[in-house]
This record gives sequence, C-alpha cells and structure tokens, in this order.
Amino acid sequence: MQAQTARASSGDGHAADGDPFARDFDEHEAGERPPAQPRRGPLERLVDAAATVIRGRVPAADLDERDPDFIRESLPAQWLLASLWFRGEVRGLGHVPEHGPVLLVGNHSGGNMTPDTLVFTLAFSTYFGVERRFYQLAHNLVLSWPGLGFLRKYGIVAASPDNAERALSSGAAVLVYPGGDHEVHRPSWERNRVSFDGRRGFVRLALEHDVPIVPVVAIGGQETALFLSRGEGLARRLMLDRLLRVKVLPISIAAPWGLNVGDGLGHIPLPAKITIEVLPAIHLREQFGAQPDVDEVYAHVTATMQETLDALAAERRLPIVG
Amino acid sequence: MRVQAAIEVAAPPETIWELVSDPARYLHFMSGITRWEIAGEHARGLGARYRTLMRVGSAEIGGLVEIVECDAPRDLAWTSISGIDQRGRWRLREIGPGHLGERTRVELRLQYGVAGAGILGWIAEQVAAPAVRKNLRRSLQELRRQVEHEQARAAAATRRAAARN
Repeated sequence: MQAQTARASSGDGHAADGDPFARDFDEHEAGERPPAQPRRGPLERLVDAAATVIRGRVPAADLDERDPDFIRESLPAQWLLASLWFRGEVRGLGHVPEHGPVLLVGNHSGGNMTPDTLVFTLAFSTYFGVERRFYQLAHNLVLSWPGLGFLRKYGIVAASPDNAERALSSGAAVLVYPGGDHEVHRPSWERNRVSFDGRRGFVRLALEHDVPIVPVVAIGGQETALFLSRGEGLARRLMLDRLLRVKVLPISIAAPWGLNVGDGLGHIPLPAKITIEVLPAIHLREQFGAQPDVDEVYAHVTATMQETLDALAAERRLPIVG
Repeated sequence: MRVQAAIEVAAPPETIWELVSDPARYLHFMSGITRWEIAGEHARGLGARYRTLMRVGSAEIGGLVEIVECDAPRDLAWTSISGIDQRGRWRLREIGPGHLGERTRVELRLQYGVAGAGILGWIAEQVAAPAVRKNLRRSLQELRRQVEHEQARAAAATRRAAARN
C-alpha cells in the first residue's frame, strides 16, 4: 500500500491540460525535465507507447468509490494489524477540525508497504467515524497495480490537482504525502528526516481552497526494512520516469526477499513501532496574512514537522522496538 | 463480545446514580475513555446522545451512542447509533446495609463488535477483550473510590456540624 505524492503530470488522463494546479504541482519537476526532443529513437517511442497504455489503466477518480460500509467492516482486521504488528499509537487527533475540509500533510515512510498510512487511516476512521469523508492521494502506480483495486474503496484516489480539488470541495479531509516516492524510499539512516524535496503543491492547494493544513508526523516506518538507496540513477537509465512517472528504483534489504530491488511486489515489513503525532491546525491566512508566501508556509510546515519528528526520535529508545 | 465487571460500593444507589448519569463525570472515573461528550439536546435521561471514545490498542474506538433505558436509580443502558456496534448498561442494585451503612452492587456491561467483519472481526473482539475488561474493572474501582470518598467527607461534615451545635 503506497499512498504517494500530490504531483500530476500534464499528460495525466484526468488532469485537464492548462489546469493552473497542474502547473503548480509540476513546477518542481519542470526544472528537471529534459528539453523536448524533436527526434526520438524507436526505443523511446516504445516507452512512450507503453506509458500511454499504463496511463490508461489509471482509473479516473470517482469519489463515490469510497465505501464506508466496506471500510467499517475491515476496521477490525486493520486494527489487529496496526495494534499487534505495528503497536501503533496516534496522538492529537483532536487537533483535526471536527467539520469541514482539511488538508492533512504527512511525512511518508516504509517503502511500498507504508505502515504509517495504515495506522493513521485506521485511527482517523475510528475517531471521526467512517461517515466522515476522507480521501488519501496516492501515486498512479498504486491505483493501477493489479490486485490493488480494493484500495479505492478506502478513499484512495490518484494524486492529481483535479482529484484533490474535487475532494476538498466536497468538504472531505484529504491526506497527502508531498514527499511521495522520494521520501518513502529514503535510506534508513535518514529515517528521522522530513524530506519533501521542495514539493510545494500542497501549500498552493490549501491556499486555493482556503483549508487548514494539519501536519501529521510519523516515526518508525523507515525501520520496517533496511532501505539502502532510492536508485534514482538506475530508474533514469531504465526510463521509468517516462514510463511510470517514478523517479526511483529503490534498493533495500527486506523480508522475505533479502536484496529487494524495486519493491514492486512489496515486502513483509518488520514489526517496528509506529508512533504518529497530529499537530495543531495551521490556518494559513490567519497566520501568514491575506496573501501568504508559499515558500514561507512551506518552510514553516516542514520545520514544524521536523521539530516534532526530532522529539519523537528522542523519545524512541531502540529502533523497531520503539 | 460481551464484557462485564462488578463491584460493591458502600453507598446507596442514588449516590452512585448521580455519578453514572452525569456525562460530565465520565472522563474523571472511566478508564481508557478519551471522550464522552454530549451530542444531542439533552444532557441526561432517555434519548440523550453522547460521542464516546475508548482507547483500545492502536486506535480510539467508539461512536455516537444513545441512552435507551433510564430507570433511576437502577438501570442505565445505551446503544450505538454510529461507530462500532455497542450496547452498554449500568446496573445498580441495593444489597442491604453493611457495617458502614447502605451498600450497592454496581455492574457495568459492554457488548461490542462490528457486524459483518467476519472471522477477523471475531478475532479482533477476542484480542481486545482483556484490555476492555481491564478498563471496565479500573473504572469501577475508581468509581468506588470517588463515591466512598465523597460519602466519607459528607459524613465528616455532618459530624462537624453536629459537634458545633
């Protein structure tokens, strides 16, 4: 289960071209994208064709696919996993405004099996009830992966500005992991670092819809395997960025595979204790004036989250054990 | 899953009723309860609604409940409107005077689960039971401590007043 980044490619099936959000979300990537190449080799054309096919598999988001009854009936199973395996602990859910749309911004850990998402969505659903509309933005790959279609019933939708906009305007709580694939595959020795990689789309999203940002800080996820490298060079060489919109081909040592390249089949996460702290809501226009500066808000949110993560790290006595 | 706990308290049922029928006091004596909030128009009595949460394992679990039976000072029962399925009941029964005066047997019952959750739901109920049972037992011990403490203070105040006159 990999709930990932709020980025969209302009070629995304459901992100309308010319959408201002698409530009916002993409801004960060724009600098990295190679200039358009007029001549393309056969291999590149093949890659592009395959990318089109894969994109076609990404389901157009239908917020109606979220199924409260399904979520409710699966809560006991989630609770078992979160309580017994991950000994999850979620603090401060009272900071989330009781009603109305809110943007929950989390740091993301644990490779493609992200225990923090499991623990948090369970806690959110039991705290506010499954009736409260709650969506999680995920990487396209998660939603198009065979066999993971059931995730849509939990409210997981493809991370696109369009979807985020629709979810927020419907009054829902939306969980986004700006760090996405970049953060989730960071090496284990950087486990206590918030690494959003400069992705500021979430700030613009919150400003545009005038919704509060509630930071959600999790620790423990990066101890569920030994993450060695993001494998960005490898991903580039294999053209995965063009094919699948992933910039990483992570390398880790994980159960039951041993050396695990790509994490495409997932892995069995070690039973590391997951602690999550929800921070007080940040009302952007109240705190930063009528026209908040995106960079300032971004710096404030990431610094606050890093401080909390440091405190959680100081509280932790041993890796995995907690 | 049905979990229950019982205790004897050296106080008349009316005194204990004051405590268990007052939603504002739940956070002060109920163990594991993180929320017991009035959610409807009435604070007490039949039809009163509360938003409840109890920390069990990795989550705070509960939901909206409504008082469906209110027979002062004997029975107070609630059932869930939303959240997990639950049914709870306070049963207060007088058991005659002891050496300290009137005594009451206080029983707290809780039935909980998620209908339709299948075998994993059943397992989760079993796994949660010891923690829930412990919470109920601790709640009753705290209730007894508070009620008997108040009784003792009231008795002392009466004695002081009598001595002054």
